[in-house]
Amino acid sequence: MTALQIDNLEYRWPGAPSNTLAIGSLHLKAGETLFLHGPSGCGKSTLISAIAGVVDLPEDAVRVGSQDMGRLRGGARDRFRVDHLGMIFQVFNLVPWLSALENVLLPCTFSQRRHDRAGGAPATAAQTLLDELGLDGPVVASKPASSLSVGQQQRVAAARALIGAPDLILADEPTSSLDEAAKVIFVDLLVRECARSGTALVFVSHDRGLEQHFDRSVDFRDLNRLGV
Amino acid sequence: MLRFSLRSLWNRRFVAALTVFAIGLSVALILGVERLREGARDSFSNSASGIDLIVAPRGNSVQILMATVFGVGSTGTGMGWETFEWLEDRPEVTWAVPIQMGDNHRGYPVIGTQATYFDHFRHSGGQPLTLSAGAFFTGDKPDAAVVGAEVAGRFGYAPGTVIINAHGAGEVSFDLHDEAPFTISGVLAPTGTAVDRMVFVTLEGFDTLHADTEVPADPFDRMAVAEKADDDHEAQDGHDDHDAHDEHEAHEDHNEHDAHDDHADGDNHADHDAEGHADDHSGHDDTEAAHHHEPDRLNAIYIGLANRMNVLGLQRAINDRPSEALSAVIPAVALAELWGITGTAERAMRLMAWAVAISGMIGMVVMLSATLDTRRREFAILRSVGATPARIFGLIVTEAAVLSASGLILGLVLLTIGTFVTDPILTARFGLHLGWNVFGARELATLAIIFCAGLFASLVPAVRVYRMTLADGLSVRL
Repeated sequence: MTALQIDNLEYRWPGAPSNTLAIGSLHLKAGETLFLHGPSGCGKSTLISAIAGVVDLPEDAVRVGSQDMGRLRGGARDRFRVDHLGMIFQVFNLVPWLSALENVLLPCTFSQRRHDRAGGAPATAAQTLLDELGLDGPVVASKPASSLSVGQQQRVAAARALIGAPDLILADEPTSSLDEAAKVIFVDLLVRECARSGTALVFVSHDRGLEQHFDRSVDFRDLNRLGV
Repeated sequence: MLRFSLRSLWNRRFVAALTVFAIGLSVALILGVERLREGARDSFSNSASGIDLIVAPRGNSVQILMATVFGVGSTGTGMGWETFEWLEDRPEVTWAVPIQMGDNHRGYPVIGTQATYFDHFRHSGGQPLTLSAGAFFTGDKPDAAVVGAEVAGRFGYAPGTVIINAHGAGEVSFDLHDEAPFTISGVLAPTGTAVDRMVFVTLEGFDTLHADTEVPADPFDRMAVAEKADDDHEAQDGHDDHDAHDEHEAHEDHNEHDAHDDHADGDNHADHDAEGHADDHSGHDDTEAAHHHEPDRLNAIYIGLANRMNVLGLQRAINDRPSEALSAVIPAVALAELWGITGTAERAMRLMAWAVAISGMIGMVVMLSATLDTRRREFAILRSVGATPARIFGLIVTEAAVLSASGLILGLVLLTIGTFVTDPILTARFGLHLGWNVFGARELATLAIIFCAGLFASLVPAVRVYRMTLADGLSVRL
């Protein structure tokens, strides 16, 4: 089963003189992990936005599972995103005044599908995820996100993307704030959790030292025909 | 969404609390001003019930109403007794009560009148005056005084207490009538009207105060003073007995009064006391002596009609009376004129209260708007985990609803506390009752308007957020 299918995707930001993306083909199987690397400014984040349905796309260019993202509009696209996609950002992007546990539970607040797939007891599933990602115990889980260390925050962000077993996780430079040792530990944990839940992963980074952890590695410059 | 809004507001609790306080204060102010306004109107309206016409020397109707019913100011020059008799004899008139004014007791207005005043005066929609202690006037006691509940409460007066009045209407007077003390015969039950702040004395007693004494008088020899003032006084034959009675320095209990009455000259006055000063109005019809006392000048006359249809005709007849310049005032009409005068001040107070409310709303919009930029990442995060722009729009509106509702609740609490604290003071000093009735339709409508205004005001930041989240997408970087 295909988790992600991109065919002949061309995208131009509104007002831009030329296209930012011109991708011929990219397919990702369910549960497969992809390392997408390239220099800064080459369009990696634009591709992530396109897959997530943040920007308006032509029809038949991007499919997540069996859903053509170009055919979704407005609220339907938002609902599909939270039901089927998990996202991890370069910056921590946690709600600072919510606890670690509450941040992890956010997708289950907005998506019944994620809520159901978390086993009917999202809090337990969230705590389990935090434990597996090394944030053991209720003390850490109940701390406000703003009081966690950088590494802890990124692991909370990973748990938030993983809860409810989405079909696909999009990770945009999630290790750029971490030191070398922490990067490896984080990526290893993330890949392991994706394998456990059968979730496909698109991991965008300019740090090629991490590509060994993934099923496949693609240079974005080879993928995007427009180059940098 | 509500729980999330509460958590979000808790994160900004200091600013949110200030906003809630501002809204609460404005709600309390608006409702407080409204209650004060209604309390004032009720107090005034309740004070003038049961009187069809007030006749006074020619003057402004509001001034006449204020002076006679509320004891504020005066009616100017007096009317002759023959005017009272002319009115009393008219077929339309069911009852007429003479009123004398111009003195005060420790700042409270002193009204000279007859016992029939207590029969005919009505307050608070038709309730008669009742006594909490003692008895109304009786004819054989021209030094009797009946005091309102507030006067009695403030100075600890009870039947038997001797009081001295002063000339003029001011609270501080250097012209005390200590030559003519009065003995309190009764204390009125509270009415919540101006009557609570009045001291009623007999016409004869009132005239005694103003007798032209050339030498310092024995303060207890009031009847001698009265004799000098009014040669026609019919109760002269009992003076010696009065003097004897006064030597007892008593006036402290009814037993002594009754004893004194036993000394009287055997006329039917003794029978009054035999009735035991009952709290009902029985016995007023036989106050012959009081009724027969004819003062030189009256300040006003209260009139009751059998048929109110005659009020305009009688008013015209009085106003056109050639022998004396009179004004006949219909209390309801004069009250309407009074509201017309005070309406501007009321509107100003209301405007100020609503201005405070609007500033509270603006404060909320400022609070919500000022935090939007710092919350952009928060909104982007929420969008990335599935919140639609519409839900984030709803989040802002929900926050505004929580703030507005909290402000309303706080406002009602402040109003309740304010009412609890100020009601006794306002009642004591101005006779105003703010009232404990929970919420009228008007107050509920005011609350609904403020709540809706709060929601409406929140649309400004909510629309901004909606546009912002659409533009920022999922990956705003600040």
